Amino acid sequence: MTDTVEKSIKASEMEPSFKYEISKMHGGEKLMRCFQCGTCTSDCPVARFSDTYRPRQIIRMAQLGLKNRVLDSDTLWLCAACFTCTDRCPQDVEVASVIRVLRNLAVEQGHFPQVFKDQATCILESGYAYKIPELRLKKREGLGLPPLPKGNPESVCKTLRGVGFLKHIEKKGE
Amino acid sequence: MAEHKYLMFLGCAIPYRVSAYEISARKVLEKLGVELVEMPEFNCCGLPLDPVSHDMMLILAARNLALAEQKGLNIITLCPGCAGTLKKVNKMLKEDKALCEKINCHLKEAGLEFKGTVDAKHLMQVLLEDVGLERIKGSVVKPLKMLKVAEHNGCHILRPKEFIGFDDPEDPKTLKTMIEATGATCLDYMDETECCGAPSVGVSDKVALQLARDKLNHIKVVDAEAMITICPFCHIMYDTNELRIEKMFNEGYGIPILHYPQLLGLAMGMNPKDLAFDELRVNASKILNKVCESEK
Repeated sequence: MTDTVEKSIKASEMEPSFKYEISKMHGGEKLMRCFQCGTCTSDCPVARFSDTYRPRQIIRMAQLGLKNRVLDSDTLWLCAACFTCTDRCPQDVEVASVIRVLRNLAVEQGHFPQVFKDQATCILESGYAYKIPELRLKKREGLGLPPLPKGNPESVCKTLRGVGFLKHIEKKGE
Repeated sequence: MAEHKYLMFLGCAIPYRVSAYEISARKVLEKLGVELVEMPEFNCCGLPLDPVSHDMMLILAARNLALAEQKGLNIITLCPGCAGTLKKVNKMLKEDKALCEKINCHLKEAGLEFKGTVDAKHLMQVLLEDVGLERIKGSVVKPLKMLKVAEHNGCHILRPKEFIGFDDPEDPKTLKTMIEATGATCLDYMDETECCGAPSVGVSDKVALQLARDKLNHIKVVDAEAMITICPFCHIMYDTNELRIEKMFNEGYGIPILHYPQLLGLAMGMNPKDLAFDELRVNASKILNKVCESEK
């Protein structure tokens, strides 16, 4: 994991255009409003139990254009998307959405946890995010539940044609 | 005839491993005059993939909304994550014409179109706005006055306020009011609106379990006899992991985690077995005995 906390910042690392790249994306528009008050970090439930995850720091790194450092960092994936930071930000930055934008950008460089690949694969194959075991489906009847509606993976795949993320998903049999 | 008719959007987590929630919710809704129609060919709401692809989330959510529009019915979900995502995308696409056009280009590939003609609501919003508190109170035949419980709202039923908006994220009232309608006491405790940690599972189990432990500690301090949840993920986080947390941190809780419709069903006089109490991991017999004893 890249050490995001202690390494000193070199001017050569900074990409001044990075903040504009983020600001153009849905949810990242208000990045530049952040004045580093720290409400996000102090209210963040994850920051309380993590030694490395600090939303304020991630926002600052994004503003400074420390692109590689922020996108390579595993810490970026710790946000639980509880949206407390978004609701409480006095500058209306939509912190959780900026972090989501950063994650989406990290994906373009191939950085993301395996769990997302598994879920996307399941969705493409069944429509559902999990592989629901046959036994579970049978058990529904015994529990008095109606049969689980069958997904339409073919239709789902058609609508997702052209989505960039899918290039990271291996097709069945490949 | 039922007074309210909804398309049932189950999402993925509930059919995968939280059947007690579905069973109890269906029973309770039937009794309250809410008719459920199964939603054919639905897919994941999209939320789990938002971190990796915002576009994929938008398309998946919009596909569900377009399917519901074909049926001409509003959506009910039991999962706040699904409700929040469908609400959010519904609002975004209605307000942003360019985005709507972009997403519709994708939906067109499968012969679908988003028009923005239906709503999506979580179970609690349906109970609050459609069924109404008076009707719920009227359905209670066995007030649970002997029980003291703690609520756990979860995040996505409250935040972001801009998109969910039916309760106050800083001081939520809906679940509390609904719990009190059953006759049970809803206890106040520290950090009530805090996250359960479930979204961090798989990325950092350690952080996730510490968050869950924090909450269990807070409700233990106020002597809650049960925790009441309205989200499948929060429920998994506490019910499935309670024993693991107890072992890991050398704690002792023994606090059963109930789905809200299980609590309401008990107050409506339903049988614990019919409300799938035996599906819970943390044994709830202590509170069930208490409820039974009070009848004698």
